[in-house]
Amino acid sequence: MTQTRLVEVRQNVLKQNDLLARDLRLRFQAANVFVVSFVSSPGSGKTAFLEKTLTMLREKYRVAALVGDLATANDAARLARAEVPVKQITTGTICHLEAQMVSDALEDWNICELDFLFIENVGNLVCPSSYDLGEALRVVLMSTTEGEDKPLKYPTIFNTADSAVITKMDLAEAVEFDLKTARESIQAVRPAMQVFEVSSKTGLGMDEWLEFLQSRLKAKAETRPSASA
Amino acid sequence: MATEESNKRGGVKIDALHLKLGALSGVVKDALLFSWEVACQGTPLENSRLVIEEVPVVVHCADCNADRMLDAINNFFCPVCNQPTNEILQGKELEVTALEILDDTNPLS
Repeated sequence: MTQTRLVEVRQNVLKQNDLLARDLRLRFQAANVFVVSFVSSPGSGKTAFLEKTLTMLREKYRVAALVGDLATANDAARLARAEVPVKQITTGTICHLEAQMVSDALEDWNICELDFLFIENVGNLVCPSSYDLGEALRVVLMSTTEGEDKPLKYPTIFNTADSAVITKMDLAEAVEFDLKTARESIQAVRPAMQVFEVSSKTGLGMDEWLEFLQSRLKAKAETRPSASA
Repeated sequence: MATEESNKRGGVKIDALHLKLGALSGVVKDALLFSWEVACQGTPLENSRLVIEEVPVVVHCADCNADRMLDAINNFFCPVCNQPTNEILQGKELEVTALEILDDTNPLS
């Protein structure tokens, strides 16, 4: 006799990634490294912003970065100028980073020797939103040249981020960027999200951004249970 | 996942897969349906149906002290009092809830 049975499963499709990301997060906490990921569309200035961030932070902190791209190692080569450890993750045809790729890339690194680890995702405003990488802070970037309504068009990625950075502020006037509208768009998809306005080229807004990172690092160190406890 | 379940049951054929899909999951229903047939080829899901239950975003509004459904995912304001709210109760699901299995062996197994 042939009949159809309904079998309950209730499993998250991304369970594998979520479990791995949870492991990564625990490893990062144990190593006392603050992990920040960057997501944005291609060309919004992730790499320039990362280069500036790494260069300014390396004076006081031990920093390193993983950068994801489909095909080239150009970003890693460019970031090597910041004179900090940088590793390229080439994803091939995959349009986002996954926790497994991060885990593999870290295999020969001793993350205990780091204060900050940055992960630059593949330029894409869609798929990276679904993949937890174990980061403590996810930052979404949008540039002044992209238009103020990016958050309204790609709400999911803005919703999964913790902070937003508006890049290329030095071009704001030339492209008639409306900051108020942009901020309203961000608040509509993620109320109360902190927003930074920066120019990686002129350094505008970088101090506030770095102060924020340092305060988060400090807060993490304070909430961390002491080794003897 | 479905193949695993099938293997557990001796490689039975799966007739349908039920999926909960949140509006904030980052996955598009039409894209899933479009690619389903190809993705299932050569698996126990071949020729199966994909049954998608769409889940809207529900937030908790602290001002109203009530749970509210949002009609858009880029407008996180309470539809009643218009206060911004970030407390998402549902809408991120991407979850296989059930499988329909063609069972032609022993109905009691």
